Amino acid sequence: MAIPKVMGTEIEYGITVRGDPDFDPISSCVLLVNAYHEDPTGEILWDYDQENPLADARGFQVDGEKYTPNQQENIARNKTLINGARFYVDHAHPEYSSPEVTNARDLVIHEKAGERILEASRREANALLPEGTQMLLYKNNSDRKGNSYGAHENFLMDRRTPFKQVVEHLLPFFVTRQIYCGAGKVGSENCNQPCDFQISQRADFFETEVALDTMVKRPIINTRDEPHADREKYRRLHVIVGDANLSEYTIYLRTGVTVLVLSMIEDGAIKRSLSLRDPVLAIKEVSHDPTCKREIQLEDGRRLTAVQLQAEYLEMAQQYVGNTDTAETKDILEKWAYVLDCLERDPMELDRQIDWVMKKALIDGFMERKSLGWEASQVHMLDLQYHDLRPDKGLYYILERQGLAERMVTDDEILVAVHKPPEDTRAYFRGECLRRYGSAVFGVNWDSISFSVDEETIKRIQMPEPLRGSKAHVEDLLDRSKTAAELVKNLSL
Amino acid sequence: MKIPTQPHKHRSHSQDPSDLPMIMAAESTQTQKQQPKKGGDGDGKDGSDGAQKLAKKGEQLKEEMDALVEEIDEVLEENAEEFVKNYVQRGGQ
Repeated sequence: MAIPKVMGTEIEYGITVRGDPDFDPISSCVLLVNAYHEDPTGEILWDYDQENPLADARGFQVDGEKYTPNQQENIARNKTLINGARFYVDHAHPEYSSPEVTNARDLVIHEKAGERILEASRREANALLPEGTQMLLYKNNSDRKGNSYGAHENFLMDRRTPFKQVVEHLLPFFVTRQIYCGAGKVGSENCNQPCDFQISQRADFFETEVALDTMVKRPIINTRDEPHADREKYRRLHVIVGDANLSEYTIYLRTGVTVLVLSMIEDGAIKRSLSLRDPVLAIKEVSHDPTCKREIQLEDGRRLTAVQLQAEYLEMAQQYVGNTDTAETKDILEKWAYVLDCLERDPMELDRQIDWVMKKALIDGFMERKSLGWEASQVHMLDLQYHDLRPDKGLYYILERQGLAERMVTDDEILVAVHKPPEDTRAYFRGECLRRYGSAVFGVNWDSISFSVDEETIKRIQMPEPLRGSKAHVEDLLDRSKTAAELVKNLSL
Repeated sequence: MKIPTQPHKHRSHSQDPSDLPMIMAAESTQTQKQQPKKGGDGDGKDGSDGAQKLAKKGEQLKEEMDALVEEIDEVLEENAEEFVKNYVQRGGQ
């Protein structure tokens, strides 16, 4: 039986400061992250002791230097939020890691809360910048000049499932799911075939099938084996192949379908062989064809379109689910089927649901009315500005306001998630500890939180079970513990 | 390929309420302009009526796009060429 898919996303945002010829991304990121004010002390460490990004899921340890910043740098670069998220500086980008959630709809809510938090921070940061300059943020994955940054998805998986099996069934799925997950891009980069418009922001950057890297020679399947949970029981599948999405419908469908396919892999429910002859080539072939008609080559000699290949997964999922699953699973199956049907008939029918289609429809309409071609700088601007986080300038938000983007959640729900953690995972415990005992929190990681209980003692509480620490588990304990010292005492009884 | 072709339905969030903390105000703003999609999902009326509706719908979509392009034209960054040229990022993950 597949384990519950606890999950979250980590989005790296594009950042620039207009009007600053000496723009330095790292100091801008530090300014941005520190402009967000909510935690009472502002001095909570990220607990790097618990991290091991160099462990490989195929069972070995890779040589390399693990990054551990000094204490001051650590505090300046990391903010753990009372909603259970982490907002921090990753290399030269601001990154928002959502708290752990248990379903696709909550993931939409918390990923969207991240957009609000970054936009609020941007406004605060701007107040500190010299006149005539302005910080801007983009939820995208490419500068269209060969530089890419990630939107990663994480899913808790059962360690008993052989990783080889995960790779085999996921490769064809990941190569083709972009037809309903892509965020769209004008042109190509990274030495790929020229094109006017392509489905995915990221496809041009994948150069190998399976590997540990995330920044060079990016693999379709990343093997980082850092579960942030009990490593005897779990692995954390770190998905780096996706685009940063703005459409709520796209985020919901992307997440829900991926969860289903992962559960099917754990339950051995993928019985058809859909292996591709050349996944690295195929991911680009699919991305470069917005008609979704191009066939890609399977290992067994068959040629299928991405839509047909996804339909194979859908059929297996329909059999797998039967009549037994939850309302959300049924909804996901229904939407998946609907979207594939539209994609087969005419992808442009999805101009309110799927990011790349929404963007393309908008660009097509603009080009037609302004008599512009794909090389026009305004067209390239539209591509970038679709992802702008400013509510009055970001083209996605304009579509949303005009009622031209189908929504899955409400603004009220998103606002709640800016300040409150999900209630059904350990993110609840993390967020509530920060809210209640913030000044006593010394350090945080996904699977631990430590408190300075007195001047000499630091107590670390481990959270190896992502579903423990939920409101149902710990609310009473927290209510009984007026201070961090009391909490530690109550926990050790 | 077996892909059901029923129109896309907006379902309410019928999950177990315990999975969905604090969200009761949810439903009303969910869909603003949900329209049946082009090219399908007829409403059971006869063909000519359908064709007329389709033409009307096409007109409506065109007007919608006209208005949208106008709004976007107003907010689109000026000096697009320079703006896009200056948007350079360091590679991330």
